[in-house]
Amino acid sequence: MNRWLSLLLVLTATPALALAEDWGMGQSNAKIPPSYIFDHVSTPAREITTLAYFSITICAVIFLVVGGLIVYCVVKFPSRGDDNREPAQVYGSNPIELAWTTAPLLIVFVLMLTTVRTIYSIQAAPRPPDAIGVRVIGHQWWWEFRYPELGVVTANELHVPLSDPKHPTPTFLDLESADVAHSFWVPRLAGKTDVIPNRKNSTWIDPHEAGTYLGQCGEYCGTEHAMMLLRVIVEPRADFDRWVAAQKQAWSAEPAVMHGRQIFETTACVNCHTVNGTAAQGRFGPDLTHLMARVTLGSGVAMNTPEHLKIWVRDPSTMKPGALMPAMNLSENDLNDLVAYLVTLR
Amino acid sequence: MAGSIEHEIALGAGRERVSLPVLGRIHEWVVTVDHKRLGLMYIVGGLVFFVIAGLEASAIRLQLAVPNAGIVPPDSFNRLMTMHGTTMVFLVGMPILTGFFNYLVPLMIGTRDLAFPRLNAFGFWIWLFGSLLLYFSYIGGDGLYGAGSAPDVGWFAYAPLTERAFSRGNSTDYWILSVFLTSVGSTATAINIIATAFSMRCKGMTLAKMPVLVWLAVIVSFQILIALPPLAAAQVMLLLDRFAGAHFFDTQAGGSAILWQHFFWIFGHPEVYILVLPAFAFANEIIPVFSRKVLFGYEVMVAASAAIAFISLSVWAHHMFSVGMTPAGNSFFVASTMLVSVPTGIKIFNWVGTMWGGKIRFKVPMLFSIAFLLQFLIAGLTGIMLGAAPFDWQLTDTYFVVAHFHYVLVGAILFMIFAAIYYWFPKATGKMLSERLGKWHFWLFLIGYHLTFDTMHFCGLYGMPRRIYTYQPGRGLETLNFVTSLGVIFQAAGVLFLVINVLTSLRSGDSAGSDPWDAWTLEWATTSPPPAYNFASEPVVQSRRPLWDLKHPEDPDWNYE
Amino acid sequence: MAASPIIASDSRTEWAKTLPYKGRVGIYLLILTESSFFSIFVVAYLFYVGKSLTPPFPRDVLSPPIVNTICLLSSSVTIFLAVRALRSGSIGGFLLWWVVTLALGLEFLIGTAFEWHKLIYHDGLTISTNLFGTTYYSLVGLHALHVTVGLTLIFLVTILTLLGHMEGRHVERVDVLSWYWHFVDAVWIVVFTTVYIIGR
Repeated sequence: MNRWLSLLLVLTATPALALAEDWGMGQSNAKIPPSYIFDHVSTPAREITTLAYFSITICAVIFLVVGGLIVYCVVKFPSRGDDNREPAQVYGSNPIELAWTTAPLLIVFVLMLTTVRTIYSIQAAPRPPDAIGVRVIGHQWWWEFRYPELGVVTANELHVPLSDPKHPTPTFLDLESADVAHSFWVPRLAGKTDVIPNRKNSTWIDPHEAGTYLGQCGEYCGTEHAMMLLRVIVEPRADFDRWVAAQKQAWSAEPAVMHGRQIFETTACVNCHTVNGTAAQGRFGPDLTHLMARVTLGSGVAMNTPEHLKIWVRDPSTMKPGALMPAMNLSENDLNDLVAYLVTLR
Repeated sequence: MAGSIEHEIALGAGRERVSLPVLGRIHEWVVTVDHKRLGLMYIVGGLVFFVIAGLEASAIRLQLAVPNAGIVPPDSFNRLMTMHGTTMVFLVGMPILTGFFNYLVPLMIGTRDLAFPRLNAFGFWIWLFGSLLLYFSYIGGDGLYGAGSAPDVGWFAYAPLTERAFSRGNSTDYWILSVFLTSVGSTATAINIIATAFSMRCKGMTLAKMPVLVWLAVIVSFQILIALPPLAAAQVMLLLDRFAGAHFFDTQAGGSAILWQHFFWIFGHPEVYILVLPAFAFANEIIPVFSRKVLFGYEVMVAASAAIAFISLSVWAHHMFSVGMTPAGNSFFVASTMLVSVPTGIKIFNWVGTMWGGKIRFKVPMLFSIAFLLQFLIAGLTGIMLGAAPFDWQLTDTYFVVAHFHYVLVGAILFMIFAAIYYWFPKATGKMLSERLGKWHFWLFLIGYHLTFDTMHFCGLYGMPRRIYTYQPGRGLETLNFVTSLGVIFQAAGVLFLVINVLTSLRSGDSAGSDPWDAWTLEWATTSPPPAYNFASEPVVQSRRPLWDLKHPEDPDWNYE
Repeated sequence: MAASPIIASDSRTEWAKTLPYKGRVGIYLLILTESSFFSIFVVAYLFYVGKSLTPPFPRDVLSPPIVNTICLLSSSVTIFLAVRALRSGSIGGFLLWWVVTLALGLEFLIGTAFEWHKLIYHDGLTISTNLFGTTYYSLVGLHALHVTVGLTLIFLVTILTLLGHMEGRHVERVDVLSWYWHFVDAVWIVVFTTVYIIGR
């Protein structure tokens, strides 16, 4: 037995040895409550929880009854070795069959009605005129968020205002994809809605508790599906408005980083990235106008610090193998200047 | 043919033949059209791929045992999970179940072979070729430099990830062609099984007197004929997209990504029942024999199975609740999905009714069957939860779904495959499997199974999507995933006991005799293993349990049917 | 196994006559599974009707192939007559109707070839032009593929008959082949309705 145990230890210790750098994300995540789906802070998630508890209760009762019957048979009817006669043969019984067809039918009917009611109350919720609208665009493997009414574009971290249950200010999300199918999912706010190319989907949230909520892509979308993370930052209206105002400011030149800016604007960076107020207007990668206002980097793969930024720009695949941004192959000096420029994008 | 039968009679029914050189013996198996040999080849082939796919799963669980592990790189992980899923469904589940039907249906209806023996051989070899093609992708999939080898698009290969723009090289083409070929094999077998059951039954066996297993084989075969073509058709379309520049699923030219999902799940959901109905079929034979009672409610069992098969054709979009269907569309599929639980419940009740008042003998096949009953019950109940569309918006594409369908595929189907192996091994080989090793197998596998798949449900509730190659620390997922991975060790140990059991029993197992379980269907009326011609003279039956009638002439079944 | 419930039987052949011919069961099942296959292509066609982003559109380039349709549908009648002739023992009558069937089927294939030639070289429609081209060529092509398979089998039977291998006792097998041909014709009715009536 000892040998088994040591083998077990060796086998389980192997992965621990292979642990990779988590770029500060573990620490950051630990400060945020887990994305437990029943820990709801928004109406859709709450209604789902109610329905879920109802169906789980029914299923638990069925399990106890039917499972109890099975266990009863096993305990009650084992064969005794000495008796070789066959038990009485019972070929069937129509009344009994009818009974155990009708009972499940009734249960299923009740569950069906409850479910349909929840479907309509979530899916057919009216969109109030003052609701915040956000276009969510899924990319391999990051999220683009555009607020058409507010003129804000950001990535991977969705800011929404707190919604007072008495005067709800929900946020409606229009979901589109730039490439393959993804799925938008923030468990504590709402269920998944798929993000599908050549199709417009929508969903809504009305968080009534400020904080940061973790989410991620729910539909397999290729190499880095696992690292297509997102965060939703819910803040009181005043803070949200301040954030919007800050996001709308264009970049103002700081002379100390002009060389870095020049590198940015004369290399391939501009093909994919936008920095408002400069020549960089690419749409393939995240908008970098206010890069440093974001907590994470690479769609949640690393904490957004200048050191991490430098590692990322040197070669994104060290942090996120398969990321579509190429290694930039810059000299160490150029890299330092470029990062110095990037950290001024607040 | 006639010559070889006489040859066998001269040597004594199916016993050790004159030992041929190895090549000669291989040649015999390659050219065989005997349903029993082809059945065994299907089962053994399926078990070999079972071990391969099991190793793939182990690598997946090793990578996920701790957060942020770097053992399996992302691309390799995605290949592993695609190959694991594709292998388990098309290269393990389908051939093993096909193999059992191949072996058992002619024996149970008292005939000498399937209706089209050569078509049967064709089905097997095309299946094997397709299977090898899938694994050849590891060598040949690299159509472009750096374009990857084995397919990495997931077993349901959602468009447009499979289009040329996102999947370069040939890996996806290997997935398409190999799965297509195995479907051709399955279709050939399905036609064969139905034609055999309809046209080859022994005298006295009306349709209403067929063993339930044969009924279920017929129902499953009908499902295969109706549900497999949608996948094959969609695959042809995808192939046209990839090679001829068509636009079926090309979203940039107006094509629809959802259409693929519909086509896939019109196949995909019935496929689940194609795999689970054979498990029901085994339970229908094994539970009565080890409870010493006739199956409770034969007609209802057959009708319920047919109802399941029929309703399952209209539930496919419950895999797509999150794609943004209208509330009415969602509601329709909620209703049909929940409805399918009614006939399924009826089946469980009837098994309980069969055990009730019986004299249960806890041999290994029965142990697996009892575990199957409880686990399938849970699988059905989590299925109801998933059928409640809004709840599904949270659960779909998470580890809760992974847990749910592994409860069906492992907890129900694999457990019943194990039960069937222990039950029919004596018939196929003439040797008993060891009860002692069998119990080790059962308990180890049971423990491992529950460690792995019970905890997976909670990973899903804590927001862990499926198909991720890693997860970050600090999200409350560490312990759950570690326990999940721990279970793999126990399951692997259990399977090891099965392998040891099979190998030792083949060499030195107890002799089985023709009817070791004191059972009632026709396959136990002939020798173990049966001769090439199955029955020396074709039997005549008067009830559903001919051997019961034989053993109880004072109280035969036909008085009650 | 001497006891009564399981005994060898002399009347096995009597019993066997009550069971259906396995070849016919087989062909019905093949037709079932093929129907399922075709219906997916038909659904895809209907789903994409009117969704093409660029011309040519069906209304501008498609005209219903009336002669083709008449030929194919009447070949169902001639193959029926051929099987009936064989059943009544007339090998000559069989061969006559059988060759007529072959000719009618060939006419259909040639007609399709001309239609495609016009679409490709005159109207510039290929499988990759737009969604119409994609669905049109795959659905009509899939059907034409089945016609080709059917014609190949009919041709083989013709050769065997000419070599003198056809006998009255083969009628069940020839009948099975004729069912496949009837199926191919029935599918054409669906394809014709989908492509040239609904889809236009």
